[in-house]
Amino acid sequence: MARRALIAAMLLMALGAAPASAERLVVSLSNHRVAVTSSFVGENLVLFGTIEPDRPQAALRSAYDLVVTVTGPRQTLRTRRKDRMLGIWVNVDSREFVRVPSYLGILSNRAVGEITNAETARRLQLGLNNFLLPQRIGPDTADTVRDDPFRVAFVDLQTQDNLYRESPTAVTFLTPTVFRVAIPIPSNAPTGSYSIDVQLFAGGVPVARTNSALEVIKAGFEQFVADAARDHGLLYGLFASLMALAIGWFGSVVFRRD
Amino acid sequence: MQIYLPIADLPVNIFLVLGMGLAVGFISGMFGIGGGFLMTPLLIFIGISPAVAVASVTSHIAASSFTGAITYWRKRAIDVALAMMLLSSGILGTATGVWLFTLLRELDQLDLVIGLSYVTLLTAVGALMINESVQAELRARKGQPATLRRPGSHNWIHGLPFKLRFKRSKIYVSAIPVWAIGFTIGFIGAILGIGGGFLLVPMLIYFLRVPTATVIGTSMVLTLVTMASATVMHAATNHLVDAVLALILIVGGVIGAQFGARTGQKMRGERLRLLLGLLVFAVGLRFAYELVVRPDELFSLRFVRSE
Repeated sequence: MARRALIAAMLLMALGAAPASAERLVVSLSNHRVAVTSSFVGENLVLFGTIEPDRPQAALRSAYDLVVTVTGPRQTLRTRRKDRMLGIWVNVDSREFVRVPSYLGILSNRAVGEITNAETARRLQLGLNNFLLPQRIGPDTADTVRDDPFRVAFVDLQTQDNLYRESPTAVTFLTPTVFRVAIPIPSNAPTGSYSIDVQLFAGGVPVARTNSALEVIKAGFEQFVADAARDHGLLYGLFASLMALAIGWFGSVVFRRD
Repeated sequence: MQIYLPIADLPVNIFLVLGMGLAVGFISGMFGIGGGFLMTPLLIFIGISPAVAVASVTSHIAASSFTGAITYWRKRAIDVALAMMLLSSGILGTATGVWLFTLLRELDQLDLVIGLSYVTLLTAVGALMINESVQAELRARKGQPATLRRPGSHNWIHGLPFKLRFKRSKIYVSAIPVWAIGFTIGFIGAILGIGGGFLLVPMLIYFLRVPTATVIGTSMVLTLVTMASATVMHAATNHLVDAVLALILIVGGVIGAQFGARTGQKMRGERLRLLLGLLVFAVGLRFAYELVVRPDELFSLRFVRSE
Protein backbone atom coordinates (compact mmCIF):
# COMPACT_ATOMS: atom_id res chain seq x y z
CA MET A 1 0.00 0.00 0.00
CA ALA A 2 2.68 2.42 1.07
CA ARG A 3 4.64 1.70 -2.08
CA ARG A 4 1.65 2.28 -4.34
CA ALA A 5 0.94 5.56 -2.60
CA LEU A 6 4.55 6.61 -3.10
CA ILE A 7 4.41 5.88 -6.83
CA ALA A 8 1.13 7.80 -7.12
CA ALA A 9 2.72 10.74 -5.32
CA MET A 10 5.73 10.65 -7.59
CA LEU A 11 3.50 10.54 -10.67
CA LEU A 12 1.59 13.54 -9.42
CA MET A 13 4.80 15.40 -8.76
CA ALA A 14 6.09 14.52 -12.20
CA LEU A 15 2.93 15.78 -13.82
CA GLY A 16 3.01 18.92 -11.77
CA ALA A 17 6.60 19.56 -12.72
CA ALA A 18 5.87 19.23 -16.44
CA PRO A 19 5.74 22.57 -18.30
CA ALA A 20 2.35 24.13 -18.74
CA SER A 21 2.75 24.02 -22.49
CA ALA A 22 4.07 21.19 -24.61
CA GLU A 23 4.39 21.08 -28.36
CA ARG A 24 4.18 18.56 -31.08
CA LEU A 25 5.64 18.92 -34.60
CA VAL A 26 3.76 17.86 -37.68
CA VAL A 27 5.82 17.91 -40.87
CA SER A 28 5.28 16.94 -44.47
CA LEU A 29 7.76 16.81 -47.33
CA SER A 30 6.90 18.04 -50.82
CA ASN A 31 8.50 15.00 -52.38
CA HIS A 32 10.02 11.96 -50.72
CA ARG A 33 11.94 10.87 -53.76
CA VAL A 34 14.33 12.87 -55.91
CA ALA A 35 15.31 11.38 -59.26
CA VAL A 36 18.66 12.68 -60.44
CA THR A 37 19.03 12.44 -64.20
CA SER A 38 21.89 13.64 -66.40
CA SER A 39 20.16 16.99 -66.91
CA PHE A 40 19.54 17.44 -63.17
CA VAL A 41 21.04 20.71 -61.96
CA GLY A 42 19.90 20.50 -58.36
CA GLU A 43 16.57 20.99 -56.71
CA ASN A 44 15.04 22.45 -53.58
CA LEU A 45 12.75 20.12 -51.70
CA VAL A 46 10.26 21.80 -49.41
CA LEU A 47 9.33 20.58 -45.97
CA PHE A 48 6.22 22.14 -44.46
CA GLY A 49 5.36 21.84 -40.82
CA THR A 50 3.24 23.18 -38.02
CA ILE A 51 3.73 23.43 -34.30
CA GLU A 52 0.73 22.08 -32.45
CA PRO A 53 -0.17 21.92 -28.79
CA ASP A 54 0.47 18.52 -27.29
CA ARG A 55 -2.86 18.48 -25.43
CA PRO A 56 -6.02 20.24 -26.55
CA GLN A 57 -5.90 22.94 -23.86
CA ALA A 58 -2.13 23.45 -23.76
CA ALA A 59 -0.97 26.92 -24.61
CA LEU A 60 1.65 27.65 -27.25
CA ARG A 61 4.53 29.98 -26.71
CA SER A 62 5.10 33.02 -28.79
CA ALA A 63 8.57 32.55 -30.28
CA TYR A 64 10.04 29.36 -31.66
CA ASP A 65 13.27 28.44 -33.41
CA LEU A 66 13.81 25.50 -35.68
CA VAL A 67 16.93 23.57 -36.64
CA VAL A 68 16.70 20.93 -39.36
CA THR A 69 19.63 18.54 -39.91
CA VAL A 70 19.59 16.57 -43.15
CA THR A 71 22.16 13.76 -43.43
CA GLY A 72 22.88 11.72 -46.54
CA PRO A 73 24.15 8.13 -46.73
CA ARG A 74 27.32 7.51 -44.75
CA GLN A 75 30.72 7.28 -46.47
CA THR A 76 34.33 6.94 -45.53
CA LEU A 77 36.53 9.57 -47.14
CA ARG A 78 40.19 10.36 -46.91
CA THR A 79 41.47 13.91 -46.66
CA ARG A 80 45.04 14.32 -47.91
CA ARG A 81 47.41 17.18 -47.39
CA LYS A 82 50.18 18.21 -49.77
CA ASP A 83 53.46 19.70 -48.71
CA ARG A 84 56.66 20.61 -50.44
CA MET A 85 59.26 17.85 -50.44
CA LEU A 86 62.51 18.17 -52.38
CA GLY A 87 60.97 20.97 -54.40
CA ILE A 88 57.78 19.19 -55.47
CA TRP A 89 54.30 19.06 -53.96
CA VAL A 90 53.53 15.66 -52.51
CA ASN A 91 50.70 14.19 -50.43
CA VAL A 92 52.49 13.88 -47.11
CA ASP A 93 49.71 13.28 -44.65
CA SER A 94 46.14 12.03 -44.63
CA ARG A 95 43.21 11.39 -42.31
CA GLU A 96 40.34 9.04 -42.84
CA PHE A 97 36.90 10.35 -41.95
CA VAL A 98 34.91 7.29 -41.00
CA ARG A 99 31.20 6.89 -41.63
CA VAL A 100 30.55 10.58 -42.14
CA PRO A 101 27.47 11.85 -44.00
CA SER A 102 27.96 12.22 -47.74
CA TYR A 103 25.52 15.12 -47.52
CA LEU A 104 25.02 17.35 -44.50
CA GLY A 105 22.63 20.28 -44.40
CA ILE A 106 22.12 22.27 -41.22
CA LEU A 107 19.12 24.48 -41.90
CA SER A 108 17.66 26.94 -39.42
CA ASN A 109 15.66 30.15 -39.18
CA ARG A 110 18.61 32.02 -37.67
CA ALA A 111 22.21 31.23 -36.73
CA VAL A 112 22.48 28.21 -34.46
CA GLY A 113 24.58 30.26 -32.04
CA GLU A 114 21.66 32.64 -31.53
CA ILE A 115 19.10 29.87 -31.06
CA THR A 116 20.65 28.06 -28.16
CA ASN A 117 23.75 28.06 -26.01
CA ALA A 118 27.01 26.43 -27.02
CA GLU A 119 26.59 23.53 -24.63
CA THR A 120 23.18 22.50 -25.99
CA ALA A 121 24.33 23.01 -29.58
CA ARG A 122 27.28 20.70 -28.95
CA ARG A 123 25.16 18.07 -27.21
CA LEU A 124 22.60 18.02 -30.03
CA GLN A 125 25.31 18.29 -32.76
CA LEU A 126 23.80 21.44 -34.21
CA GLY A 127 25.85 23.14 -36.91
CA LEU A 128 28.83 22.06 -38.99
CA ASN A 129 31.13 22.88 -36.09
CA ASN A 130 29.28 20.62 -33.70
CA PHE A 131 28.40 17.74 -35.96
CA LEU A 132 30.44 14.65 -35.13
CA LEU A 133 32.91 13.85 -37.90
CA PRO A 134 34.92 10.93 -36.55
CA GLN A 135 38.46 10.42 -37.82
CA ARG A 136 40.39 7.22 -37.63
CA ILE A 137 43.09 7.67 -35.04
CA GLY A 138 45.12 4.49 -34.71
CA PRO A 139 42.72 1.62 -34.09
CA ASP A 140 40.09 4.00 -32.69
CA THR A 141 37.85 6.64 -34.18
CA ALA A 142 37.10 9.98 -32.58
CA ASP A 143 36.20 13.50 -33.56
CA THR A 144 38.92 16.08 -33.08
CA VAL A 145 38.92 19.67 -31.95
CA ARG A 146 36.89 22.01 -34.18
CA ASP A 147 39.90 23.85 -35.59
CA ASP A 148 41.85 20.73 -36.50
CA PRO A 149 43.27 21.56 -39.97
CA PHE A 150 42.06 18.28 -41.49
CA ARG A 151 38.55 18.75 -40.13
CA VAL A 152 38.45 22.35 -41.38
CA ALA A 153 39.76 21.31 -44.81
CA PHE A 154 37.31 18.41 -44.99
CA VAL A 155 34.31 20.63 -44.22
CA ASP A 156 35.60 23.30 -46.65
CA LEU A 157 36.03 20.84 -49.51
CA GLN A 158 32.60 19.32 -48.92
CA THR A 159 31.10 22.83 -48.73
CA GLN A 160 32.78 23.79 -52.03
CA ASP A 161 31.16 20.73 -53.57
CA ASN A 162 27.76 21.91 -52.24
CA LEU A 163 27.50 18.73 -50.20
CA TYR A 164 27.85 20.32 -46.78
CA ARG A 165 26.09 23.54 -45.89
CA GLU A 166 24.91 25.52 -42.93
CA SER A 167 22.10 27.90 -43.84
CA PRO A 168 20.55 30.19 -41.23
CA THR A 169 17.87 31.35 -43.67
CA ALA A 170 16.55 28.07 -45.04
CA VAL A 171 13.75 27.91 -42.47
CA THR A 172 10.96 30.46 -42.82
CA PHE A 173 8.13 30.92 -40.32
CA LEU A 174 4.99 31.68 -42.34
CA THR A 175 3.01 32.27 -39.15
CA PRO A 176 4.38 31.89 -35.62
CA THR A 177 3.48 28.20 -35.76
CA VAL A 178 3.69 27.27 -39.45
CA PHE A 179 7.08 26.88 -41.08
CA ARG A 180 8.63 26.06 -44.40
CA VAL A 181 12.10 24.53 -44.89
CA ALA A 182 13.96 24.58 -48.20
CA ILE A 183 16.21 21.52 -48.49
CA PRO A 184 18.73 21.98 -51.34
CA ILE A 185 19.66 18.78 -53.18
CA PRO A 186 22.71 19.45 -55.38
CA SER A 187 23.27 17.65 -58.68
CA ASN A 188 26.14 15.65 -57.19
CA ALA A 189 24.05 14.39 -54.25
CA PRO A 190 24.92 10.73 -53.64
CA THR A 191 22.13 8.21 -54.02
CA GLY A 192 20.56 6.64 -50.99
CA SER A 193 18.28 7.54 -48.13
CA TYR A 194 18.59 10.87 -46.37
CA SER A 195 17.29 11.40 -42.86
CA ILE A 196 15.75 14.68 -41.80
CA ASP A 197 15.88 15.57 -38.14
CA VAL A 198 13.66 18.49 -37.10
CA GLN A 199 14.26 20.09 -33.70
CA LEU A 200 12.12 22.81 -32.16
CA PHE A 201 13.51 25.30 -29.65
CA ALA A 202 11.74 27.78 -27.41
CA GLY A 203 13.79 30.24 -25.43
CA GLY A 204 16.96 28.30 -26.20
CA VAL A 205 15.57 25.02 -24.88
CA PRO A 206 14.74 22.02 -27.11
CA VAL A 207 11.01 21.36 -26.76
CA ALA A 208 10.04 18.97 -29.52
CA ARG A 209 11.62 16.80 -32.14
CA THR A 210 10.49 14.77 -35.12
CA ASN A 211 12.02 13.24 -38.19
CA SER A 212 11.35 12.39 -41.76
CA ALA A 213 13.28 10.91 -44.66
CA LEU A 214 13.83 11.30 -48.36
CA GLU A 215 15.47 9.23 -51.00
CA VAL A 216 17.75 10.28 -53.83
CA ILE A 217 17.76 7.92 -56.77
CA LYS A 218 19.69 8.36 -59.96
CA ALA A 219 18.25 7.53 -63.32
CA GLY A 220 19.43 7.64 -66.90
CA PHE A 221 22.24 6.29 -69.00
CA GLU A 222 25.13 7.79 -67.03
CA GLN A 223 23.90 6.17 -63.84
CA PHE A 224 23.52 2.85 -65.62
CA VAL A 225 27.16 3.10 -66.72
CA ALA A 226 28.35 4.07 -63.24
CA ASP A 227 26.43 1.19 -61.63
CA ALA A 228 27.74 -1.30 -64.18
CA ALA A 229 31.32 -0.14 -63.61
CA ARG A 230 30.97 -0.51 -59.86
CA ASP A 231 28.96 -3.72 -59.63
CA HIS A 232 30.16 -5.71 -62.63
CA GLY A 233 33.72 -4.49 -63.14
CA LEU A 234 34.97 -7.45 -65.17
CA LEU A 235 32.01 -7.55 -67.56
CA TYR A 236 32.14 -3.79 -67.90
CA GLY A 237 35.84 -3.96 -68.72
CA LEU A 238 35.30 -6.67 -71.31
CA PHE A 239 32.53 -4.60 -72.84
CA ALA A 240 34.68 -1.43 -72.93
CA SER A 241 37.51 -3.40 -74.48
CA LEU A 242 35.27 -4.97 -77.13
CA MET A 243 33.75 -1.58 -77.88
CA ALA A 244 37.25 -0.20 -78.49
CA LEU A 245 38.15 -3.10 -80.77
CA ALA A 246 34.86 -2.85 -82.68
CA ILE A 247 35.37 0.84 -83.40
CA GLY A 248 39.01 0.23 -84.25
CA TRP A 249 38.00 -2.47 -86.72
CA PHE A 250 35.22 -0.27 -88.11
CA GLY A 251 37.76 2.51 -88.66
CA SER A 252 40.05 0.23 -90.62
CA VAL A 253 37.16 -0.91 -92.83
CA VAL A 254 35.72 2.56 -93.47
CA PHE A 255 39.06 4.16 -94.23
CA ARG A 256 40.58 1.26 -96.11
CA ARG A 257 42.68 2.68 -98.89
CA ASP A 258 43.71 -0.35 -100.86
CA MET B 1 27.00 20.61 -75.40
CA GLN B 2 27.76 19.35 -71.93
CA ILE B 3 27.89 15.66 -71.23
CA TYR B 4 28.32 14.03 -67.86
CA LEU B 5 31.15 11.54 -67.55
CA PRO B 6 29.83 8.90 -65.16
CA ILE B 7 33.13 7.58 -63.78
CA ALA B 8 35.22 10.75 -63.97
CA ASP B 9 32.20 12.32 -62.21
CA LEU B 10 32.58 15.49 -64.19
CA PRO B 11 30.58 17.39 -66.81
CA VAL B 12 32.62 18.14 -69.93
CA ASN B 13 31.94 19.65 -73.30
CA ILE B 14 31.50 16.77 -75.72
CA PHE B 15 33.08 18.75 -78.57
CA LEU B 16 36.15 19.54 -76.49
CA VAL B 17 36.74 15.83 -75.81
CA LEU B 18 35.93 14.87 -79.40
CA GLY B 19 38.33 17.57 -80.60
CA MET B 20 41.05 16.22 -78.34
CA GLY B 21 40.42 12.76 -79.74
CA LEU B 22 40.70 14.12 -83.28
CA ALA B 23 43.84 16.13 -82.54
CA VAL B 24 45.64 13.29 -80.79
CA GLY B 25 44.40 10.88 -83.47
CA PHE B 26 45.77 13.22 -86.15
CA ILE B 27 49.18 13.39 -84.44
CA SER B 28 49.24 9.64 -83.87
CA GLY B 29 48.38 8.97 -87.50
CA MET B 30 51.00 11.43 -88.66
CA PHE B 31 53.81 9.88 -86.60
CA GLY B 32 52.55 6.32 -86.46
CA ILE B 33 52.29 6.28 -82.69
CA GLY B 34 49.47 5.38 -80.31
CA GLY B 35 49.21 8.83 -78.79
CA GLY B 36 48.57 7.72 -75.20
CA PHE B 37 51.43 9.83 -73.88
CA LEU B 38 49.60 12.90 -75.26
CA MET B 39 46.03 11.85 -74.53
CA THR B 40 46.50 10.93 -70.87
CA PRO B 41 48.22 14.26 -70.03
CA LEU B 42 45.56 16.23 -71.95
CA LEU B 43 42.80 14.57 -69.96
CA ILE B 44 44.64 15.32 -66.73
CA PHE B 45 45.06 18.95 -67.79
CA ILE B 46 41.30 19.39 -68.35
CA GLY B 47 40.61 18.21 -64.81
CA ILE B 48 40.01 14.47 -65.07
CA SER B 49 41.74 12.65 -62.24
CA PRO B 50 44.98 10.96 -63.34
CA ALA B 51 43.67 7.56 -62.25
CA VAL B 52 40.54 7.78 -64.44
CA ALA B 53 42.53 9.30 -67.31
CA VAL B 54 45.04 6.43 -67.32
CA ALA B 55 42.40 3.72 -67.04
CA SER B 56 40.19 5.18 -69.77
CA VAL B 57 42.96 5.96 -72.25
CA THR B 58 43.99 2.28 -72.30
CA SER B 59 40.85 1.45 -74.30
CA HIS B 60 41.47 4.41 -76.62
CA ILE B 61 44.92 3.04 -77.46
CA ALA B 62 43.57 -0.47 -77.85
CA ALA B 63 41.24 0.87 -80.53
CA SER B 64 43.84 2.89 -82.43
CA SER B 65 46.42 0.10 -82.34
CA PHE B 66 43.80 -2.37 -83.55
CA THR B 67 43.11 -0.18 -86.59
CA GLY B 68 46.86 0.02 -87.18
CA ALA B 69 47.43 -3.69 -86.63
CA ILE B 70 44.77 -4.61 -89.19
CA THR B 71 46.42 -2.39 -91.79
CA TYR B 72 49.84 -3.94 -91.11
CA TRP B 73 48.32 -7.41 -91.12
CA ARG B 74 47.00 -6.82 -94.64
CA LYS B 75 50.50 -5.73 -95.67
CA ARG B 76 51.85 -8.91 -94.02
CA ALA B 77 54.14 -6.72 -91.93
CA ILE B 78 53.62 -8.45 -88.59
CA ASP B 79 55.97 -11.02 -87.09
CA VAL B 80 53.39 -13.19 -85.34
CA ALA B 81 55.90 -15.38 -83.51
CA LEU B 82 57.76 -12.40 -82.11
CA ALA B 83 54.47 -10.68 -81.19
CA MET B 84 53.35 -13.80 -79.27
CA MET B 85 56.62 -13.92 -77.34
CA LEU B 86 56.36 -10.23 -76.51
CA LEU B 87 52.78 -10.35 -75.36
CA SER B 88 53.19 -13.46 -73.22
CA SER B 89 55.27 -11.35 -70.87
CA GLY B 90 53.44 -8.15 -71.82
CA ILE B 91 50.24 -9.35 -70.18
CA LEU B 92 52.19 -10.26 -67.06
CA GLY B 93 53.71 -6.78 -67.07
CA THR B 94 50.25 -5.25 -67.45
CA ALA B 95 48.94 -7.23 -64.48
CA THR B 96 51.91 -6.12 -62.38
CA GLY B 97 51.33 -2.53 -63.48
CA VAL B 98 47.65 -2.62 -62.53
CA TRP B 99 48.59 -4.14 -59.17
CA LEU B 100 51.11 -1.38 -58.46
CA PHE B 101 48.61 1.23 -59.69
CA THR B 102 46.07 -0.02 -57.10
CA LEU B 103 48.69 -0.05 -54.37
CA LEU B 104 49.91 3.48 -55.14
CA ARG B 105 46.31 4.73 -55.15
CA GLU B 106 45.80 3.17 -51.75
CA LEU B 107 48.90 5.02 -50.52
CA ASP B 108 47.64 8.33 -52.05
CA GLN B 109 50.80 8.58 -54.14
CA LEU B 110 49.48 7.54 -57.55
CA ASP B 111 49.16 11.08 -58.95
CA LEU B 112 52.69 11.87 -57.86
CA VAL B 113 54.16 8.75 -59.45
CA ILE B 114 52.26 9.39 -62.69
CA GLY B 115 53.46 13.00 -62.73
CA LEU B 116 57.09 12.17 -61.99
CA SER B 117 57.15 9.34 -64.52
CA TYR B 118 55.75 11.58 -67.24
CA VAL B 119 58.29 14.31 -66.48
CA THR B 120 61.19 11.88 -66.67
CA LEU B 121 59.99 9.91 -69.65
CA LEU B 122 58.74 12.76 -71.81
CA THR B 123 61.57 15.24 -71.24
CA ALA B 124 64.17 12.53 -71.83
CA VAL B 125 62.55 11.11 -74.96
CA GLY B 126 61.67 14.59 -76.22
CA ALA B 127 65.24 15.84 -75.77
CA LEU B 128 66.65 12.80 -77.55
CA MET B 129 64.31 13.26 -80.49
CA ILE B 130 65.03 16.98 -80.78
CA ASN B 131 68.74 16.35 -80.61
CA GLU B 132 68.66 13.65 -83.24
CA SER B 133 66.57 15.60 -85.73
CA VAL B 134 68.62 18.79 -85.24
CA GLN B 135 71.81 16.79 -85.91
CA ALA B 136 70.28 15.36 -89.05
CA GLU B 137 69.13 18.79 -90.18
CA LEU B 138 72.65 20.18 -89.69
CA ARG B 139 74.18 17.31 -91.63
CA ALA B 140 71.74 17.94 -94.45
CA ARG B 141 72.68 21.66 -94.49
CA LYS B 142 76.36 20.76 -94.83
CA GLY B 143 75.47 18.61 -97.77
CA GLN B 144 76.42 15.36 -96.10
CA PRO B 145 74.16 12.41 -96.86
CA ALA B 146 71.73 11.68 -94.01
CA THR B 147 73.23 8.44 -92.85
CA LEU B 148 71.30 6.61 -90.20
CA ARG B 149 73.45 5.57 -87.29
CA ARG B 150 73.88 1.83 -87.59
CA PRO B 151 73.90 -0.06 -84.33
CA GLY B 152 77.02 -2.19 -83.77
CA SER B 153 77.03 -5.57 -85.42
CA HIS B 154 76.80 -7.49 -82.14
CA ASN B 155 76.29 -6.50 -78.53
CA TRP B 156 75.98 -8.30 -75.19
CA ILE B 157 72.26 -8.96 -75.75
CA HIS B 158 73.13 -11.32 -78.55
CA GLY B 159 75.29 -13.38 -76.20
CA LEU B 160 72.32 -14.32 -73.99
CA PRO B 161 71.05 -17.92 -73.94
CA PHE B 162 67.64 -19.39 -74.98
CA LYS B 163 68.00 -18.23 -78.52
CA LEU B 164 65.04 -18.32 -80.84
CA ARG B 165 64.66 -17.78 -84.54
CA PHE B 166 61.99 -15.38 -85.78
CA LYS B 167 61.58 -16.10 -89.47
CA ARG B 168 59.48 -13.16 -90.57
CA SER B 169 61.89 -10.65 -89.02
CA LYS B 170 64.93 -12.74 -89.99
CA ILE B 171 66.48 -12.43 -86.53
CA TYR B 172 68.00 -14.97 -84.13
CA VAL B 173 67.83 -13.63 -80.57
CA SER B 174 67.57 -14.77 -76.97
CA ALA B 175 64.08 -15.00 -75.44
CA ILE B 176 65.24 -13.05 -72.35
CA PRO B 177 65.41 -9.56 -73.86
CA VAL B 178 62.17 -10.24 -75.78
CA TRP B 179 60.38 -11.09 -72.54
CA ALA B 180 61.99 -8.20 -70.70
CA ILE B 181 60.86 -5.70 -73.35
CA GLY B 182 57.32 -7.11 -73.39
CA PHE B 183 57.09 -6.97 -69.61
CA THR B 184 58.45 -3.42 -69.41
CA ILE B 185 56.03 -2.07 -72.00
CA GLY B 186 53.03 -3.79 -70.40
CA PHE B 187 54.05 -2.53 -66.97
CA ILE B 188 54.66 1.10 -67.96
CA GLY B 189 51.55 1.15 -70.13
CA ALA B 190 49.21 0.05 -67.36
CA ILE B 191 50.52 2.64 -64.89
CA LEU B 192 50.88 5.60 -67.24
CA GLY B 193 48.09 5.02 -69.76
CA ILE B 194 50.40 4.83 -72.75
CA GLY B 195 50.72 2.19 -75.41
CA GLY B 196 54.46 2.65 -75.25
CA GLY B 197 55.01 2.48 -79.00
CA PHE B 198 57.47 5.37 -78.86
CA LEU B 199 59.61 3.33 -76.45
CA LEU B 200 58.93 -0.08 -77.90
CA VAL B 201 59.88 0.64 -81.51
CA PRO B 202 63.37 1.97 -80.66
CA MET B 203 63.86 -0.92 -78.20
CA LEU B 204 62.99 -3.50 -80.84
CA ILE B 205 65.27 -1.84 -83.38
CA TYR B 206 68.28 -1.24 -81.13
CA PHE B 207 68.18 -4.29 -78.87
CA LEU B 208 66.69 -6.98 -81.08
CA ARG B 209 67.52 -5.61 -84.58
CA VAL B 210 63.96 -6.11 -85.74
CA PRO B 211 63.88 -4.82 -89.33
CA THR B 212 61.81 -1.75 -90.16
CA ALA B 213 59.50 -3.86 -92.32
CA THR B 214 57.99 -5.66 -89.31
CA VAL B 215 58.80 -3.46 -86.33
CA ILE B 216 55.75 -1.17 -86.30
CA GLY B 217 53.17 -3.84 -87.10
CA THR B 218 54.59 -6.17 -84.45
CA SER B 219 54.74 -3.43 -81.83
CA MET B 220 51.10 -2.56 -82.56
CA VAL B 221 50.05 -6.13 -81.81
CA LEU B 222 51.76 -5.95 -78.43
CA THR B 223 50.22 -2.54 -77.68
CA LEU B 224 46.81 -3.80 -78.71
CA VAL B 225 46.93 -6.80 -76.39
CA THR B 226 48.47 -5.04 -73.37
CA MET B 227 46.08 -2.09 -73.61
CA ALA B 228 42.96 -4.22 -74.13
CA SER B 229 43.90 -6.35 -71.13
CA ALA B 230 44.78 -3.23 -69.12
CA THR B 231 41.24 -1.92 -69.81
CA VAL B 232 39.72 -5.13 -68.49
CA MET B 233 42.03 -5.26 -65.45
CA HIS B 234 41.58 -1.59 -64.54
CA ALA B 235 37.80 -1.98 -64.83
CA ALA B 236 37.74 -5.17 -62.75
CA THR B 237 39.99 -3.94 -59.93
CA ASN B 238 39.81 -0.16 -59.67
CA HIS B 239 36.48 0.51 -61.46
CA LEU B 240 38.01 3.57 -63.07
CA VAL B 241 37.41 3.05 -66.80
CA ASP B 242 35.04 5.72 -68.07
CA ALA B 243 33.36 4.09 -71.07
CA VAL B 244 31.57 7.29 -72.13
CA LEU B 245 34.84 9.22 -72.16
CA ALA B 246 36.60 6.35 -73.93
CA LEU B 247 33.87 6.14 -76.59
CA ILE B 248 34.19 9.83 -77.51
CA LEU B 249 37.98 9.66 -77.57
CA ILE B 250 38.02 6.53 -79.69
CA VAL B 251 35.62 7.93 -82.29
CA GLY B 252 37.67 11.14 -82.51
CA GLY B 253 40.94 9.22 -82.53
CA VAL B 254 40.04 6.78 -85.29
CA ILE B 255 38.88 9.59 -87.60
CA GLY B 256 41.79 11.90 -86.75
CA ALA B 257 44.36 9.17 -87.36
CA GLN B 258 43.27 8.78 -91.00
CA PHE B 259 43.81 12.44 -91.80
CA GLY B 260 47.06 12.47 -89.82
CA ALA B 261 48.43 9.56 -91.81
CA ARG B 262 47.77 11.39 -95.10
CA THR B 263 49.42 14.58 -93.89
CA GLY B 264 52.37 12.67 -92.50
CA GLN B 265 53.17 11.15 -95.88
CA LYS B 266 53.61 14.61 -97.37
CA MET B 267 56.09 15.85 -94.76
CA ARG B 268 59.80 15.24 -94.44
CA GLY B 269 60.78 12.67 -91.86
CA GLU B 270 63.32 14.82 -89.98
CA ARG B 271 60.95 17.79 -89.70
CA LEU B 272 58.28 15.45 -88.43
CA ARG B 273 60.59 14.02 -85.81
CA LEU B 274 61.63 17.47 -84.62
CA LEU B 275 57.98 18.50 -84.27
CA LEU B 276 57.11 15.39 -82.32
CA GLY B 277 60.18 15.82 -80.12
CA LEU B 278 59.20 19.40 -79.29
CA LEU B 279 55.66 18.31 -78.50
CA VAL B 280 56.79 15.48 -76.24
CA PHE B 281 59.25 17.76 -74.45
CA ALA B 282 56.61 20.46 -73.91
CA VAL B 283 54.17 18.00 -72.35
CA GLY B 284 56.96 16.82 -70.03
CA LEU B 285 57.69 20.40 -68.96
CA ARG B 286 54.02 21.00 -68.28
CA PHE B 287 54.02 18.05 -65.87
CA ALA B 288 57.12 19.41 -64.17
CA TYR B 289 55.38 22.77 -63.74
CA GLU B 290 52.36 21.10 -62.09
CA LEU B 291 54.63 19.36 -59.62
CA VAL B 292 56.76 22.37 -58.72
CA VAL B 293 54.18 25.15 -58.47
CA ARG B 294 52.29 25.44 -55.21
CA PRO B 295 48.77 24.03 -55.78
CA ASP B 296 45.76 26.28 -55.07
CA GLU B 297 44.32 23.72 -52.71
CA LEU B 298 46.68 21.73 -50.54
CA PHE B 299 43.96 19.41 -49.30
CA SER B 300 42.08 16.91 -51.40
CA LEU B 301 39.47 14.24 -50.76
CA ARG B 302 39.45 10.65 -51.90
CA PHE B 303 36.40 8.44 -51.65
CA VAL B 304 37.27 5.26 -49.77
CA ARG B 305 33.96 3.39 -49.53
CA SER B 306 30.28 3.85 -48.84
CA GLU B 307 29.01 2.48 -45.57
